[in-house]
Amino acid sequence: MTLGLHLGVLALLGGLQLVLPPFHHGMLARIMVLAAYAAGYNLLLGYAGLMSLGHAMFFAAGMYGTGLTIHYLGVGVITGFLLGVVAGLAVAAAVGLITLRTAGPAFLIVTMMLAQAFYLATLYFNEITGGDQGFILSGLHLDLAGRRLPLADPAVKYNVALVVFAACLLLNFWIVRSPAGRILLALRENEERTRLLGYNTPRYRLFAVTVSGLVAAVAGSAYTLLFSYVGSTFAGILYSIYPLLWALLGGAGTILGPLVGTLVMTYLVDVASSLTTGYLIVVGATLVVTILWVPAGIVGGIRARWAPWLP
Amino acid sequence: MTALLETKAISKRFGGLEAVSGVDLRLERGEVRALIGPNGAGKTTLVSLISGRLSPTSGRVLFAGRDVTSLRAWDRVGLGIVYTFQVTSIYRGFSVYDNVALAAQRRRLRALADWIALDRQAVARDVEAALATVGLWALRDQPARALAYGHQRLLEVAMALALRPELLILDEPSQGLAAAEIDGLCGLVRDIARAATVLVIEHNMAVVLELAGRVTVMDQGRIIAEGTPREIEAHAEVQKAYLGR
Repeated sequence: MTLGLHLGVLALLGGLQLVLPPFHHGMLARIMVLAAYAAGYNLLLGYAGLMSLGHAMFFAAGMYGTGLTIHYLGVGVITGFLLGVVAGLAVAAAVGLITLRTAGPAFLIVTMMLAQAFYLATLYFNEITGGDQGFILSGLHLDLAGRRLPLADPAVKYNVALVVFAACLLLNFWIVRSPAGRILLALRENEERTRLLGYNTPRYRLFAVTVSGLVAAVAGSAYTLLFSYVGSTFAGILYSIYPLLWALLGGAGTILGPLVGTLVMTYLVDVASSLTTGYLIVVGATLVVTILWVPAGIVGGIRARWAPWLP
Repeated sequence: MTALLETKAISKRFGGLEAVSGVDLRLERGEVRALIGPNGAGKTTLVSLISGRLSPTSGRVLFAGRDVTSLRAWDRVGLGIVYTFQVTSIYRGFSVYDNVALAAQRRRLRALADWIALDRQAVARDVEAALATVGLWALRDQPARALAYGHQRLLEVAMALALRPELLILDEPSQGLAAAEIDGLCGLVRDIARAATVLVIEHNMAVVLELAGRVTVMDQGRIIAEGTPREIEAHAEVQKAYLGR
């Protein structure tokens, strides 16, 4: 039944493209890619209980791994995507190893510092990366079964975003329901107890950081391909805070929370930024309201009140 | 015959304090051993060295003849050394069932294939057996935080049982329990002792006399006496250090 619900949500997203007006069609494509990012983040925060402030580094590793290889080496879209994912995997595994002995606030600070170093490196090497100006990729297209699909085409963009999001959501779903998911939750609740139940806790932490970073890199790489842009903004602290915000608002430790959180927050920012340039204040206020009155987030609140079976 | 567990001149120093100094402890397979001593005698530190929660400053731990001194806690659990906490340490947000399932699945995760398709029925059987033994099966769907204190202690024991211990270390299991619950606990420990060796830290002398075949007394990081419960009761040094007579 729970799998059915999640497949139903994916089917709904698939069906919406037929009825949405162009503006919202484009918004939703972007939201799905960012929700995949949030889902990766949530795997670490919501299940393993580790709060990172450095996930932009994984997102940007996917982005640069894909963007730079396409721009400079002229590789195809699929190869570029895979290289982005490999880059993200490598960065995530390295960060996982470095942070193995940290927990709580120390983990947060170390990930933030590493991500800042990564961000500054993208600026320092601006002759290659384009710094905060970034660079644009043009004429990207996907060769699928003998057909040439331009990624700039809205329908192609929407469906690629849907596939990426679906893959991340289902991976998330599968991990959470697997024996490993129960161990991750156990890490969040009581690490020492878990060690004395016979689990090699550092190994599971490394697993959690690596998979979470990998999903973030998949989202970063897809973002670059679909929106044809690479720039260091996406490596900045704001893009480490966003997934935290989306996950908290939607409900950390719920599978659908990241999608709901990203959806609500993206529209909120869109409305707010049409009214004022200080739209970040809306973002901050939402975070405060969430933490004070809905600490479990939207989906978390629904689960606590009406649907305890939600994963 | 090799002992199930032996510590050889094991010591643990915290800064200037030698919490355990040069302890030689030997447990035979199948016995129930009580470890007693005044507060701060080093009992919990000693069992932490055995379970691998702490690593010793010097000395060795042998389990079934094998040197396990350098093994981490999780690998020792794999060999059958299982520890239950003095302060109840359960997953409060999990259901009773999930607490035990986390322990039970440990033995079933051997190959990569188990991670992809865990034998959930086998885990369920183990969980049912462990919860039935401690009498908590009816409460399996309750969140662990909703359990009464005595039941939380029993859940802790059920988690240990699901790991199929060779050596079960119980750290003050009767602490905070009512008299009737203590009777139930004693019966439970006797049941467990049919399949496992038990090392129990205990302050309640009635429980010690009831359960233990032999008693080891610690004071100031050292073993000061060892013998049957009757011998220990009569031991002059023990009376001075521990019973205050």
